[in-house]
Amino acid sequence: MAKLNDNNEVKSRSMAQETWRRLIKNKGAVIGLIFLLTLVVVSILSGFIYDYDTDIIALNMGEALQAPSAAHWFGTDSLGRDIFARILYGARYSLMIGVGAVAIGLVIGVTLGAIAGFYGGAVDQIIMRVVDVFYSIPNIMIAVVIVSLLGTSTVNLLIALCFTCATSFTRIARASVMTIRDQEYVEAAYELGLPTWKIILKHIIPNCLSPIIVQVTLLIGTTIIAASSLSFLGIGVPSPAPEWGAMLSEGRQHIRDASYMCVIPGIAIMLTVLALNLLGDGLRDALDPKMKK
Amino acid sequence: MTDKILEVKDLVVQYVTDDGCVEAVNDLSFSIGKKKTLGLVGETGAGKTTTALSILNLIPSPPGEIKSGSIMLDGSDVLTMDQEELQKMRGNDVAMIFQDPMTALNPVMTIGEQIAESIELHEKISKKESMERAKEMLKLVGIAESRAYDYPHQFSGGMRQRVVIAIALACNPKLLLADEPTTALDVTIQAQVLELIKKLITERDMSMLLITHDLGVVAEVCDDVAVMYAGRIVEIGTAAEIFNETAHPYTEGLFNSLPNLKQRGEKLVPITGMMPDPMDLPEGCSFAPRCPYATEACKKANPGLRHLGGSHYVACQAYERENFKLGGEQ
Repeated sequence: MAKLNDNNEVKSRSMAQETWRRLIKNKGAVIGLIFLLTLVVVSILSGFIYDYDTDIIALNMGEALQAPSAAHWFGTDSLGRDIFARILYGARYSLMIGVGAVAIGLVIGVTLGAIAGFYGGAVDQIIMRVVDVFYSIPNIMIAVVIVSLLGTSTVNLLIALCFTCATSFTRIARASVMTIRDQEYVEAAYELGLPTWKIILKHIIPNCLSPIIVQVTLLIGTTIIAASSLSFLGIGVPSPAPEWGAMLSEGRQHIRDASYMCVIPGIAIMLTVLALNLLGDGLRDALDPKMKK
Repeated sequence: MTDKILEVKDLVVQYVTDDGCVEAVNDLSFSIGKKKTLGLVGETGAGKTTTALSILNLIPSPPGEIKSGSIMLDGSDVLTMDQEELQKMRGNDVAMIFQDPMTALNPVMTIGEQIAESIELHEKISKKESMERAKEMLKLVGIAESRAYDYPHQFSGGMRQRVVIAIALACNPKLLLADEPTTALDVTIQAQVLELIKKLITERDMSMLLITHDLGVVAEVCDDVAVMYAGRIVEIGTAAEIFNETAHPYTEGLFNSLPNLKQRGEKLVPITGMMPDPMDLPEGCSFAPRCPYATEACKKANPGLRHLGGSHYVACQAYERENFKLGGEQ
C-alpha cells in the first residue's frame, strides 16, 4: 500500500513558484516588471549621480527653455534645470508615494476587512458603512480636504491618498474573507483547537491574497496618478521638488513654445502606470487557476 | 463510568432561524466504550454531523444552540468547558476526520506544515521537532516523507484523506470522530482508507465514532451501532444485534434498500416517503408516517427506548403488542 505512493518524481512547486512560472510567460507582465525594476534602480542611482541642491533644484537661467539636445536629453525647463535629471530623480516621489500610500492602506484595509468579514453582524455593518461613506466621496475631494487641513507636504499627501486605498482594500478583503471563512479547512482548524487569531492569520488571510495582490499593483498606478494630479493642482509635493505632476504643471505655461516640458513628465507618468497595469493584469491571470491554459 | 470514553446524555441541539426552529438532535443518549467503535447510521439530515460537532462543542452559534444535555468526555463535561479548555481538548483529546478531503486541507500550506501545526500547538514543541513528527505521521499513513513539502493540490483524493487522517491522529487523541470518511472517495480507495483507519485506531487504543450511511462500512468496522432518525436514536446495540436481530422498522427499511447477495435479481425495497422536515417534526414517532407497521398509537406518543436484551435497545411502540415481529406481523 505504502509503496504505491513512494513517488518522488513529482516536483514540489509552491503556489508562489507556480504563479511566477505563469507570470513570466505573459509578455506584457514581463515588460511591465522590467520597466518598473529599471525605474526603481534608476531612482535609487539618481540619488548618487545627481546632487539635489546643485543638479535638481538650482536655477540656471542662462540655459532656460532649451529644447532636447545631446547636452540636455530631455531639454531644460523655464528655470534652466535639466529635465532628464529631474525626471529620473522624480521617479522616487511617484514610487514612494504610490507604494507608501498603498502599503499603509493595505495594512489598515486588510485588517478592517478581515475583521468585518470574519465576525460579520454589527461589527461588519459599522465598518462597512463607514467605508461606504468614504467610498461615496470623490477621492480627489478627500485628498484635497485632508491636505488643506494638514498642510502641503509629502507625508500629508501620503496620508490623504492612503484613505482611498484603505477603503478599497477593506472591501476586497472582506469579500474574500467571507468566502474563505466557511471553507471546511477553516472548520478543521477549529477542530484542531487552534485559537481564532491564528486561524485568521494562517488559514484565512493567506487564501485571500490573490485578489489583494492584484489590487496592490493596480492601486499603485491609480495612486501615482492621483498624487500627480494633486501636485498638478499645487497641493501635492511642494515645489521645487521634481515631482512629475508638478513638472507637468510648470510646463503648462510653455505648452506652445516648449511642449516637451509637458510631454516628457506626462509620458513618464503614463509609462509607469501602464507598466503597473500590465503587471497587475498579468498577476491576475497568473493567480487565477481558471485562466490556466 | 471509567470504561466509557464518551457519554452523551439527553442531548438537545436546535438551530433557531428566522423561519423557525430546526430540531436537529432530540434527547440523544449514547456512549462509547474505551477502544470501541460506534457506528452512527442514518440518512442525510438525521443529525449525525450535528452530534459530532456537539462533542467538540463547535455547533455554529448563532443559529445553533445546545439546549440541554451533557457530553462527558473521559469524565469531564464538554459543554461546561471554557474556551481555553476547549482549545486544549480539540485536536488533542478528540480529533475529527472530514467527509471531503478535497476541501478539508488548506490549499496554501504544505501538508507537512498542516500536520505539524496541531502537534506544535498541543505538545508545545519546536517547529522543527513537530515537522519531524509530521513526517513520521505521513509515513504511518503510507505517504513518503519527502512529500511533506508538497501542497494539497499535488495529491489525489485518497492520499489527501490519508493526510487528513494523519492530521487527526497526530496528537494521539483518545477519541476519533470520523464524519463519513469514505463517502467522497472511490470505491477502490474506500476500502484502503477504512483499513488504514481501523489499523491505526487498534494500534493506538483509540475509540471512534464513525458517522456513515453505508451499512457495509458499519459491518466492517464497528463494534456497536446506533441508528439515527430525525435527531433521535431509534435503535442501538452491538453490530451483531443490529444486523442479525434488526428490531426497528427504519433499520429494516435501510437493510431492504440494499442489494442482497443471496437474492440477486430481487427488486430493492426503498423506504417510502421522505424524512420529515426537522422544523416541523410530527407528533409521536417521527418515523410513523413512513412506517409500514404504524398504528394510531404511534402518531400520538413518542416511543422511549425499550430494552430487548443484551445491549440492544429499540424505540418502537409496536413492541408493546404481543408477538410483534418485523417482516411478518401477528
